[in-house]
Amino acid sequence: MPIHTILSTSGEWLRGDGPQSHIVVSSRVRLARNLNGFPFPGHAKKTERVSVLECIKPAVESLPEMADAHSVYSQDLSALEKQVLVERHLISREHAAKGLGSAVVMNKKQTLSIMINEEDHLRMQAIRSGLQLKSAFKLIDKVDSELGDKLDFAFHNQYGFLTACPTNVGTGMRASAMMHLPALVLSEQVNQVIQAVNKVGLAVRGLYGEGTEAMGNLFQISNQTTLGEKEEEIITRLNKVIEQIILHENNARATLQQKKPVTLLDNIGRAYGILRYSHSMASKEALNLLSYLKLGVDLGFFPEECRMQVDELFIETQPAHLQKSTAQKLQAEERDALRASIIRGRLEKLPAPAPKSAAPQEPPAKPDDKAKD
Amino acid sequence: MNCDVCKQKPATVFLTQIVDGKMQKVNLCEACSKEKGVTDPTGFALADLLLGLGASQEMEKSTVGARCPACGFSHADFKKTGRFGCAACYDTFADGLENMLKGMHKGLEHRGKVPPRLLKAKLRDEEMKKLQRELRKAVADEKYEAAAELRDRIRNLENEAHTAS
Ligand SMILES: [Zn+2]
Ligand SMILES: [Zn+2]
Repeated sequence: MPIHTILSTSGEWLRGDGPQSHIVVSSRVRLARNLNGFPFPGHAKKTERVSVLECIKPAVESLPEMADAHSVYSQDLSALEKQVLVERHLISREHAAKGLGSAVVMNKKQTLSIMINEEDHLRMQAIRSGLQLKSAFKLIDKVDSELGDKLDFAFHNQYGFLTACPTNVGTGMRASAMMHLPALVLSEQVNQVIQAVNKVGLAVRGLYGEGTEAMGNLFQISNQTTLGEKEEEIITRLNKVIEQIILHENNARATLQQKKPVTLLDNIGRAYGILRYSHSMASKEALNLLSYLKLGVDLGFFPEECRMQVDELFIETQPAHLQKSTAQKLQAEERDALRASIIRGRLEKLPAPAPKSAAPQEPPAKPDDKAKD
Repeated sequence: MNCDVCKQKPATVFLTQIVDGKMQKVNLCEACSKEKGVTDPTGFALADLLLGLGASQEMEKSTVGARCPACGFSHADFKKTGRFGCAACYDTFADGLENMLKGMHKGLEHRGKVPPRLLKAKLRDEEMKKLQRELRKAVADEKYEAAAELRDRIRNLENEAHTAS
């Protein structure tokens, strides 16, 4: 399967039809494995990396799950193609920097991606839409067992699977869910939630700039520890915590609708206005505003049919996806202009936000005036 | 302020993350932040980076001067990268490792998946330990008939292990 087919079709998880996908964008489980008798990639000579690659790649390609896979050497991917894969979470940034001696194998549905010679000889991940950690784990666990029959994995009786970085030793597993938590952010409860989650040994990450705001109100919840617990225990714990956070986010949404309907509508309305009428937009601003639009769809302020458009913009306004849509090389300024123009085009038909039931503090709504514009 | 990773260029990217209820700060230069992928909020790189930086400091206390016979990795190499050179490094640096893993993980013993091809050997290993315990007890209790039977079973397991490997 040629690479442009992968790049031009969006993966299963981007369709956002998994359970709880209003709040949980995606679930990912990654396993790290290494081969016995070879130095880890970071410490290996080029010839050693190549022999590891030539040993692993055919084994991966012969998996039944990879019957319709795209398999490509890192040096055969352009910088832009790699960046697109990074934005889709199919390869890591670290892997994108690799050349000769590395490769990636992805299935057609883009639910599985196997990086060869990243930081470890093998980094295998399954990614699903919504809250599907268990099924993502099952998928990657099967792949791991099949590969373990063909390859001699480095395994220690006490420490389990050995990895280049001791933070991954044991299960070699990092499971995570990307969550969209705008109401917890708006109602200033997100820090409490983060602290509670940290207390049970899980990590929460948004990207903290100067403030406490995460980009696009997106947070990643993942396990911190990999040694001393069974995989299933880690997944179950993570799952429970995520379900709790979903509950809190839903409560925060309901409270905002009841107690601060004007603030809520104002935030969504401003996001709508800026996205529809701006002519230059940086990717961070786009993410933050799109987050409010997504919240608006969740709350029924926009028609449900618009969900896909909004969700797709999250990824299509990322730098490499923008660059891919045009032939000439864009400067940052041009990119911001193109981003604004794509967003304007996509949202042209989006009606102005309106609460499902008329907002109590407002004079009787005149939906006709708003819809015409 | 210099970059925490390369310790050379001035830091321009400042990140904070809450780990275990504690705020952790990392200061990075432009180049290192790009390379580590920490500007991507959805990547795993930030957690690995934060945990990794702490890890190499833990190791400082012991195994200075050790060098891995399999891959030539030294203690200084680990300090620099927070990564090991090969699987054998886990035994080479075992002394410093325990301390570091204790702070990092839930336990010091892997309790998860065992590769199918090793599972048999592991089960046999556990069975062997159990039988040996029972044998010692039988001898201590002067139950010689039981002890003889246990000895036979241990011998059978040993033979099995030999033919398997
Ligand atoms: Zn640096
Ligand atoms: Zn070594």
